[in-house]
Amino acid sequence: METLALLADGFATSLSPINLMIVILGVTAGLFIGAMPGLGSVNGVAIVLPLTFIVPPSSAIILLCAIYYGAMYGGAISSILLGIPGASTAVATTFDGRPMAQQGKAGLALIAAAVASFVGGTISVVLFTLFAVPLADLALAFGPAEEFALVLMAFTTFVGLGGDDKLKTIIMICLGLVLSTVGLDLISGQPRLIFGDLPGFYSGVSFLVLAIGVYGIGEILYTIESSRTAPQVTPAKISLRDLGDGIRTMNRMWRTMSLGSFLGFFVGMLPAAGATPAALMAYGIARSTSKDPKSFGKGNIEGVAAPETANNAASTGSLLPMLTLGIPGSPTTALLLGGMVMWGLMPGPMLFIEQPDFVWGLISSLYTANFAAVAINIALIPLFVWALRMPFTVLCAIVMVLCIVGGFAPSQKMHDVWLIAGFGVAGYLLRKADYPLAPLVLALVLGPLMEKSFRQTLISEQGNVLAFIERPLSGTFIAIAALFFVLPLVKYLRKGGRRSVAPAE
Amino acid sequence: MIYRITRRAALAGVASIAMIAAGATSALAEGWKPQKPIEMVIMAGQGGGADRLARLFQSIIQKEGLASMPVLPVNKGGGSGAEALRYLKDNEGDAHKIMATLNSYYTTPLRTDIGVDIEEFQPIARMALDTFVLWVNADSDVQTLDDFVAAVKASGGEWKMGGTGTGQEDSLVTAMLEKEFDIKVTYVPFGGGGDVAKNVVGGHIDSSVNNPSEALGFYQAGKMRPIMAMTPNRLDVFPDTPTATELGHDIVYWMQRSFVAPKGMPAEAVAYYTEMFKNLSQTEEWQTYTREKALMADFLSGDELQAYFLEEREKHAAILADMEGDGAS
Repeated sequence: METLALLADGFATSLSPINLMIVILGVTAGLFIGAMPGLGSVNGVAIVLPLTFIVPPSSAIILLCAIYYGAMYGGAISSILLGIPGASTAVATTFDGRPMAQQGKAGLALIAAAVASFVGGTISVVLFTLFAVPLADLALAFGPAEEFALVLMAFTTFVGLGGDDKLKTIIMICLGLVLSTVGLDLISGQPRLIFGDLPGFYSGVSFLVLAIGVYGIGEILYTIESSRTAPQVTPAKISLRDLGDGIRTMNRMWRTMSLGSFLGFFVGMLPAAGATPAALMAYGIARSTSKDPKSFGKGNIEGVAAPETANNAASTGSLLPMLTLGIPGSPTTALLLGGMVMWGLMPGPMLFIEQPDFVWGLISSLYTANFAAVAINIALIPLFVWALRMPFTVLCAIVMVLCIVGGFAPSQKMHDVWLIAGFGVAGYLLRKADYPLAPLVLALVLGPLMEKSFRQTLISEQGNVLAFIERPLSGTFIAIAALFFVLPLVKYLRKGGRRSVAPAE
Repeated sequence: MIYRITRRAALAGVASIAMIAAGATSALAEGWKPQKPIEMVIMAGQGGGADRLARLFQSIIQKEGLASMPVLPVNKGGGSGAEALRYLKDNEGDAHKIMATLNSYYTTPLRTDIGVDIEEFQPIARMALDTFVLWVNADSDVQTLDDFVAAVKASGGEWKMGGTGTGQEDSLVTAMLEKEFDIKVTYVPFGGGGDVAKNVVGGHIDSSVNNPSEALGFYQAGKMRPIMAMTPNRLDVFPDTPTATELGHDIVYWMQRSFVAPKGMPAEAVAYYTEMFKNLSQTEEWQTYTREKALMADFLSGDELQAYFLEEREKHAAILADMEGDGAS
């Protein structure tokens, strides 16, 4: 009850005309920043941070969070329309979003992404409102062993029940893990796999570079080949009826979306993880629990809904350790933390007690930001879809340019552009040979986290591998992981058993 | 009365320095100015002491308009800061990149072969010296230094001390403690100081040597307990925590918080940034922050700073050699 009263006070702050205007402005700016490959919420927040000193802290944080939220919605747009992840958090959205667009269902995919983002955002804000303080304790219960177990679970969802060839999936995961070890060793600082002494490899291989390469460039190469004789025109139309259809379709996906929201919020809350791993895990789990896992990666709408709910939920989740523990859960929240320090607000366990006006103003503005983002996003969908009507010959060049700019912008290194080109060719060849690409990206995102937490646990437990099963939380995750791994085997044996019995008799 | 006059005089003094500094800035502004956003490379991960401080600097610079272009902090904490050092080396002559350093500025190039010699970099300014405190979880039975030593000994080497990467400040302080008290701990490296503090509070490790700013929030919430400060005098924020010196142990260790520039940055640009940080060190925000977070503001620049860096490098080489010697025995 007390929470509700505080929230009501918060709404009094966030619904004031000036703050409402700030939210709309921030969300719109964020939407475009997120949609632009190479620019993500980090850049948006960094650019705007200095401007926030002219408004009161509560309005400033509302503006920054609105941009953060808007960018999370926007990332999906270029993932779906162009097949290039607009932001790192939208990598998983390309897996099914792009195939949907190619089948002429770009409008539906965009609506799904917007609605899913809204659901994920809203569920997570409700969780945040009700349980922020107790949940902070849960985040504390997560040590290295638990982190490792969670990541392991994410991997098994990809191998276990996926529709793809299992051996090929495992090969791709291994390749991704090898790529993730490139760069400086996390613990000793020694350089690894730097190919002689190429300075570009010291900072490792960015998964965004890999994703842009294999999905952006690889996709174009593939399309050029397949449309050599008959230039492919993507039919792209959108009407009000599609909107209704979209929302009706989404109505059937409550299971996927609630799963994505809870998982996303939870993973986002862990300081080391953030929205990108959350989205990938949600995709993996949606696929492995689906009745038709084979349709994933070929334009299944649930493959868009799952990561989009999860990345928005995670962005709310990562605000939690930032506010309650003073530890940012993602690069963007680290920037927000800097801003708060400047405004004289001390993030940490005391913030909720000492600055209730600020905290509840912020939480209530997350509700308004969500409504504003979904409304603005849906209103702009016809404009985005219209862009797809460009002839392929024109679109192809634009996508190429965006891939290169998107790869160059974050690191400002030509090294990454060459890598994109290399990954593009590799992605095209792998696709022709029918290797799944999603596990490759997943392994590169989660690999460093997995290695670090594994080694930390072994060090602190004096090399005792059993520590992973002995701790209750990590033991549970490992058990679930084992289940995911074994289930398909059981399924296979039962199916295979029946089949082999018939001919024998 | 006398006090009041002195204070007024001091204020007038500060004001006149500020005016001179402002004059100097405008004179410099006619010379060199950044043409694009200034990249502030941070040698550590997000949420740690180095990171928070760099972001505080960024905020003050922008709020007070100390630079004509925005400052963008970039974390390159991989391999105990090796990633950042290498990045600075590979951007020779760049006038828009500066790096926020900590003590791994000396130790990382000493420990790993990354082809970086810090003598090549150009010093900009040292802003402060940070302090170290021994912490345990507030639920722990350890109340005093003696309790701590006894508990570590009783654990038979399984006492978990968390810190940043091996060879970084936290591990050096840990090595000093091990040597002084003839104890053995299991050192668990984490990505940043914030992560370490969180793991102490979550009970995943038994103790840490966090900087005060990293653990202050948890301390105020009653979740972490300071046992001993590695400083000559008691810290204002923890008046009841004894120092190692007063307990009869010679353990004093500082962490420098400075800024450096890549080799070959034009002299006018170096002068611009030095001036910028000098002005920053006189702002009220900075002075309040250092007081509240148990940080010693101690400005140093130019050749003096370079000499300080080289001297500290020698000292750290000795500490590291000592650590490795112990490891072998």
